[in-house]
Amino acid sequence: MENDNTLAIDVDDLTVAYREKPVLWDIDLKVPRGVLMAIVGPNGAGKTTLIKTILGLVKPAAGRVLIHERPYKEQRHLVAYVPQRGSVDWDFPTNVLDVVMMGRYGELGWIRRPGKTEQQLAEEALQKVGMLDFKKRQISQLSGGQQQRVFLARALVQEAQVYFMDEPFQGVDATTEKAIVKLLKELREAGKTVLVVHHDLQTVSEYFDWVMLLNVRSIASGKVREAFTENNLRLAYGGKVAFLTHHTHENPKNEVNNSNLSG
Amino acid sequence: MPSAIFEFFSDHTFRTVALGSGILGIVSGALGTFAVLRKQSLLGDAISHAALPGIALAFLLTQSKATLILVLGAALAGWIGTYFITLILQKTHLKDDSALGLILSVFFGFGLVLLTYIQKQPYANQAGLDKFLFGQAAALLERDVISMSVLSLFVLLVLLLFWKEFKLLSFNPDFGFSIGFPVKILDFMLTGLLVLAIVIGLQTVGVVLMSAMIVAPAAAARQWTDRLGRMVLLSAIFGALSGVIGAIFSSTTAKLPTGPTIVLCLTVFVIISILFASQRGLLWRWIKEQRNRRRLQVEAVLNDLLILAEQHGDIQHGHPIEVLRTMSIGHGGVDRSLQELRARNWVNQLPSGNWILTKEGYNWAKKLSGKEGNS
Repeated sequence: MENDNTLAIDVDDLTVAYREKPVLWDIDLKVPRGVLMAIVGPNGAGKTTLIKTILGLVKPAAGRVLIHERPYKEQRHLVAYVPQRGSVDWDFPTNVLDVVMMGRYGELGWIRRPGKTEQQLAEEALQKVGMLDFKKRQISQLSGGQQQRVFLARALVQEAQVYFMDEPFQGVDATTEKAIVKLLKELREAGKTVLVVHHDLQTVSEYFDWVMLLNVRSIASGKVREAFTENNLRLAYGGKVAFLTHHTHENPKNEVNNSNLSG
Repeated sequence: MPSAIFEFFSDHTFRTVALGSGILGIVSGALGTFAVLRKQSLLGDAISHAALPGIALAFLLTQSKATLILVLGAALAGWIGTYFITLILQKTHLKDDSALGLILSVFFGFGLVLLTYIQKQPYANQAGLDKFLFGQAAALLERDVISMSVLSLFVLLVLLLFWKEFKLLSFNPDFGFSIGFPVKILDFMLTGLLVLAIVIGLQTVGVVLMSAMIVAPAAAARQWTDRLGRMVLLSAIFGALSGVIGAIFSSTTAKLPTGPTIVLCLTVFVIISILFASQRGLLWRWIKEQRNRRRLQVEAVLNDLLILAEQHGDIQHGHPIEVLRTMSIGHGGVDRSLQELRARNWVNQLPSGNWILTKEGYNWAKKLSGKEGNS
C-alpha cells in the first residue's frame, strides 16, 4: 500500500459560492495515499468549507471529488470525518461509549442497533485515545481535550482509509495535542491518509509532511518543505507573517531577489 | 377521595377522556424530547398554531367534524407551515426566530378569520370548532380516542424503529451525513412525527397551548437523567400524568378549559424538576454549595489557629474566640466551626475559655495548608 502512487484525494476545479460570493474558487487538490496533510490559511479562507464540500455537506457550484479514484458517493465507507468539537451540543443526554459507537452506524446501516461487536470496537478505540476509563462518563462532563479524543475515537472505529479532521487541536491542552499528533502519525504509518484543518503555523513543519495553503484559492500544496515557504505564506496571509519566518523553509536566495524585484 | 376517583374511572365518558389525554401526553412528551434536544421548541409552537386554518378549511370543505378529517387538515396545514419556514430560511436573510414568528402569526390569524366566518354561517353543526383554540377533553368521544390511539401507535413505532437514526440526527447531523445517512429525509421524518404528535393533541389541549405539551415534559425530564432513552420515557410519563390529571380537573369542573389546566399541571412538574432533581436541581446545587462553604469556613478557622500557634511558637498557647472571629471577618461561622472541630478532636477549649489546636488538629492543619500552598 505504501508504495501505491495512486491518489487518495483528487479534487478538480472545485468552486463554492454563498450568494454569489466565492468561498472557494477553482480548487485543485491532489493528495497521495499515506500522507499527513495540514490545510492552513487565514480566517475565512474556506478551510472548513473545503472539507465540508469534499464530504458533500456543502454543495459546490462546480467541480468533482474522487476518493481513491472513484466518486466520493461510492467511497463513503473509506472516509471518516471529525467535525469541529464546537459543532455539537455536548449537553446532549448520552455517554462517551454511545458517541463512539456512532462511528459504526454507517456500517450497521438502517434500523439495526449496535451490539456487543460495536461496543468492543468502541472500547478498543477509546483505549487508543486513552479514554477507556471514561466510557460511562456523561459527555457534558468532559473537558475540551477529552471531547476531542472522543471524536477521534469515533473516527477510529470507522476503520476508514481517508480521515478529514476539522481543527482537532482547537482548545485542547498540550498533553492532548501530543497524544493526537502521535495518533495521527500512527494512522499515517498504517498507510492512511489524513487531512487536517490546522491553525497553528508554528507546528506545521513538526507535525505534518504535506501542506495546503488556502485563501479562497489554492495558493500552494505539496510537501511541507517545498510548499510551506515564506513567499507562499505571504501570498496566503498577506503581509502579516513576518513573525513566522523562522518556522518556514528558507527560500533560495535568487527567488527572494526575484520576488523583491517583481514586488 | 378514593371513592370519587373510583367513581371517575368507572364512568365510561371519563375513562375515555382520561385515556385520550394520557395517550396524547405520551406522544407529545416523547416527540417533544427530540424537539427540545434539537433546539426546535419553537417549531412546535409554530406547527400547532399553523394547524388552525387547516382545521377550519377541512370543516368548510367537508362539513364534517370527524376527528380524523380535522386532524388530517391540521396535519397538512402544520406541515405546510413547516415547509414555509424552511423556505424562508433558505431564500431570505431572516433568522429562524423571525421565520417561526412570522408563520405562526400569519397562519394563526388566518385560522381565526376562518373560524369567525364559520361561526357566522348557518351550518347546523358548526358549534364546537372553537374547542380547538383552548381544548376540551370532555368532548372526546370513543371514536376520537381510537383515532388518536392508532396515530399514536404509528408515531411511537416509527420513533422506536429509527431510534438510532434519530439520535444521530439530533446529536450530530453532519457526521450522520458523512457516514451515509440522508439527514434531510430523516429530518423530514422526525418533523413529520412531531406534526402528528401535535395534531393528536389539538382537540384536547388546543392550538394555543399545545406547544407546552412538546416543551415542558421534555424540559422537566432533562433535569432527572443523562440518558436519551430515559429522558424520552420520563417525558412521556410526565406528559401522560399531566394530561390525565388536567383532563380530570377540567372535565369535573364546569367551564374549565382543558388546555390551560393541563399546562398548569405540567408547570408543577417543571418547577418540581427544576428545584429538586437529583443532579441538576437548584436545591441540590444549593445544598452542595452550602456544604462547600461550611467546609471552607471550618478549614479557615483551623488555618487561623495554625497561624496563631506558629506566631507564638507554642501550640499550647490558647487564643480567645474574638481573635478568631476577627480573622474570619467576611466568612464567619466561627462558633459553629469550633464546635465541629472539637467534635473531631482537632481543637480543645482551655478552662480559661481560650482555644488551642490538639496535636491531631495541628497535623491536619499543616496538611491542609500545605495542600493549598501547592495548588
